[in-house]
Amino acid sequence: MKYVDEFRDPEKARTLFRKIESLAAQVARPDGKPLQIMEVCGGHTHSIFRYGLEAMLPETIELVHGPGCPVCVLPMGRVDDCVALAEQPGVIFTTFGDAMRVPGSKKSLMQAKADGADIRMVYSPLDALQLARAHPDREVIFFALGFETTMPSTALTVLEAAAEGIENFAVFCNHITIIPTIKAILDSPDLRVDGFLGPGHVSMVIGNAPYAFIADHYKRPVVVSGFEPLDIVQSIWMLLKQFAEGRCAVENQYGRIVPEAGNNEALAAVAEVFELREFFEWRGLGSIDHSGVRLRPAFAHFDAERKFAVPQVKIADPKACQCGEVLKGVIKPWQCKVFGSACTPEKPLGALMVSSEGACAAYYNYGRFEPSPAAAGAPAEAAGGAP
Amino acid sequence: MNAPMKPADLPPRRTPPRRQKVGLAKINLSHGSGGKAMRDLIDDVFLGSFDNPALAPLEDQARFDLAALTAEGDRLAFTTDSYVVDPLVFPGGDIGTLAVCGTVNDLAVSGAKPLYLSCGAIIEEGFPVEDLRRIAASMRRAADAAGVAIVTGDTKVVQRGAADKLFINTAGVGVIRAGLDIAARRAAPGDAILVNGLLGDHGAAILNARGDLALETPVDSDCRPLNGLIDAILAACPEVHCLRDATRGGLATVLNEFAEAAGVSIELEESRLPLREAVKGFCEILGLDPLYLANEGKLVLVLPEPQAAAALEAMRAHPDGRDAAVVGRVTDGPARRVIMSTLFGGQRVVDMLVGDQLPRIC
Repeated sequence: MKYVDEFRDPEKARTLFRKIESLAAQVARPDGKPLQIMEVCGGHTHSIFRYGLEAMLPETIELVHGPGCPVCVLPMGRVDDCVALAEQPGVIFTTFGDAMRVPGSKKSLMQAKADGADIRMVYSPLDALQLARAHPDREVIFFALGFETTMPSTALTVLEAAAEGIENFAVFCNHITIIPTIKAILDSPDLRVDGFLGPGHVSMVIGNAPYAFIADHYKRPVVVSGFEPLDIVQSIWMLLKQFAEGRCAVENQYGRIVPEAGNNEALAAVAEVFELREFFEWRGLGSIDHSGVRLRPAFAHFDAERKFAVPQVKIADPKACQCGEVLKGVIKPWQCKVFGSACTPEKPLGALMVSSEGACAAYYNYGRFEPSPAAAGAPAEAAGGAP
Repeated sequence: MNAPMKPADLPPRRTPPRRQKVGLAKINLSHGSGGKAMRDLIDDVFLGSFDNPALAPLEDQARFDLAALTAEGDRLAFTTDSYVVDPLVFPGGDIGTLAVCGTVNDLAVSGAKPLYLSCGAIIEEGFPVEDLRRIAASMRRAADAAGVAIVTGDTKVVQRGAADKLFINTAGVGVIRAGLDIAARRAAPGDAILVNGLLGDHGAAILNARGDLALETPVDSDCRPLNGLIDAILAACPEVHCLRDATRGGLATVLNEFAEAAGVSIELEESRLPLREAVKGFCEILGLDPLYLANEGKLVLVLPEPQAAAALEAMRAHPDGRDAAVVGRVTDGPARRVIMSTLFGGQRVVDMLVGDQLPRIC
C-alpha cells in the first residue's frame, strides 16, 4: 500500500537495527542496567507490540510504555459519570469505540447500553453533532477524550455548534494534556528513564517547543516519533546517537507530519474553547496539577458537567494494581502481582489492561511470547505446560 | 322465503388457486397468524422462490429417502445458524445469500455434501413484502449455486420493535463422504496452512455498508458457497486434516481454535496473507486488524505439507480459490499459541479477541 509499505520495509529495518546494535554497545549505562526509553504515546505502544519491535532490539535497550493511552488513564469515577449521564432520560450518549469496555465501579458503557441506555459509537465529534441535528428532541452528549490530538476536533465541533445555535448538544470533557504528565513522571523519585520517544500526533498540534524543558532541565533527550515501525526504530537510533554524542536535545523524526511550531489554527480553537483545570485525576498516576481541561464559561451551555447532575465520585484505584510502577518503568507489566491472574483484558483491574494501547493489554495480547527458550515459562504459560 | 342452508348441504369448497399474491405492500401481524393471509405469504414469497418437490406437498416436515442418503456417504452432518445481519442488503449479497451460504459452508467444511436446508423467518411487522421477495429470491439463487434445496420452513411475524426487520434461521443436512476425518484436533506439526483468497472482505463490506464511516471503500462481501471448491480440494488431497470457514472472528479465531483443539503451535507469515489494498487501507484508518475481520467465503485448510502444492493448485484452478495461498504452518512450538512473523521481521502472538474489535481513538 502506498505511503504505508515504505515505512514497513524489513530491509531498511535490518540496516537500522544493525546501527542500533553497534551504537548500543557504545552507550551502556555505568550501572550495567539496560538503557530505558519511554514511548509516551499509546499509539507507539500499539505499533511496538504489533510489529514485535521489542524483541528485535538489543538486550541493553528496554522500552518503557508510558502514560499516553487516554482510555487507560481514565479514572473509574469518570466512567461512572459517563454511565450516569448516559442513563439520564432523553440522552443519546456518544463515544469513541475503545472507551466502551472501560470498567466503571459498577459497569462499563457497554453494560449500560445493554441495560437500556442509548449509547452510540461515533468516529468523530462531528458525528455526534450530526446526531444532535437529527434528534432535536433529544440531548446528545459527546464523551470527549484524549490528549491534544483529539482536543482540536472537539473544540471545532463546539464552535460549530455555537455558530449554528444548536442547543441539544453537550460535551463531557475529559481531555488531558501531556506536558504536566511527563513532568510528573520525571519528578517521581523512582524514575530512571534515560530518554523519550515524543508523541507524534500530539506534537502535530502543539509543536516541539513544549518538550524543551525535558532536555534542558531534566537532561533527557526527546525524539518526536511517527507511528510506523520504521519511524519508531529510526527514532530509537536517533536517541542512541544523542547518547553517544553526549547531546541532549529535542529532535523531530516525524517531520512529514509535525511542524516545529505545531498547528496554529488548531491551537487557537483549543485556546478559545478550553481552559486548564486546577488538577485532573489519572488512573494509575493519581491527581496531576493542570493536567486536564474543561470548557470555558463562555461555552458553559455545551458543558455536560454544568448542564447535568454528574455524581463526580472519586473511586480509588484497586490496591493490588501496580500500574503506576509499570508506567514509570520500575517494573515490567508481567512483574505486576495481578498481571494475567486477577487482571486480564476480559476483566481489567488496572488502567493498563483496559485498552489495546495499554502496556499490559498489549503485552498480554501480543507479547506473552518470547522466542528464547528461557521465556517459555512466562507467567501466563506457567500452568499450561509448554512443551 | 328460502330456509338458511345447513352446513351439511353446502357444496364442496373451491380448491384455492395456488400461488396467491400478497396484495399488501407491508407485512402485518395477520401474515403470521396461521390463517389465509399467512398461507398467501408463504405461497407468494417462499414457495414461489424455493419451489421444489420436497416442499410441494406442504406437510409439516420434509421427508427423505434413506437409501438415497446412504448412497452419498456414511455419516450425516447437521448444523444450524441464525442470521441477523445489519444492514440486510450489502454490496455482494444480502441476508438471504448469507443464510444459505453460511449453513452450506458449515456443512461442507466437514467434508459433507450439503443437501437440504430449512428456512425459518422471523419478520418484524411493517417489513416490505417486496424486500422479502427479493431476499427469498437471493436464497434460491444461492441454493442453486450450492446445489442444495430448501425443503422446509417456518414464518413468524412479530410486533414492531420485537425484532429488527428480519431474522432468518437456516438448518442444514448433508452427508459426509466415507473415509474422510476432518477435525480441528487433527492439526499436527508439519502441516501447512492454506487460505483460499483475500481476507476480510465481508467484514469491511458490512462495516462500510452501515454508512457511518463515509469511506469510499469499494469492497464487496465474499459471501458464497464453498462446497464446490471443497469438492475440488478433497478430490486432489483427501488427506485434509482440518477445514473451517473463517467467519466471525476471522482467520485469527479459526487458527486459535485449531491450536487449542490440537494442542499445537501455529506459525503465521504476515507477508503471505492475501489482503486487498482497499481492506488494508480501511483497517489502517480505523485501527482494525484484518486478521479478525469476518469472511463469508474463505476457508482455512490444514493438511500435511507435502500435499500443500497439490491443494494450492486445485484451489487456484477453481474460481473461488484463485488467490489461494499458503499462510503458515503447524509446529511443535509453544502449545495452543498462534504466533505471527510480522512483515517487519518481528514476532507477535495472535490471540483470540475478548469482544468485538473497536476502532481506536487516534
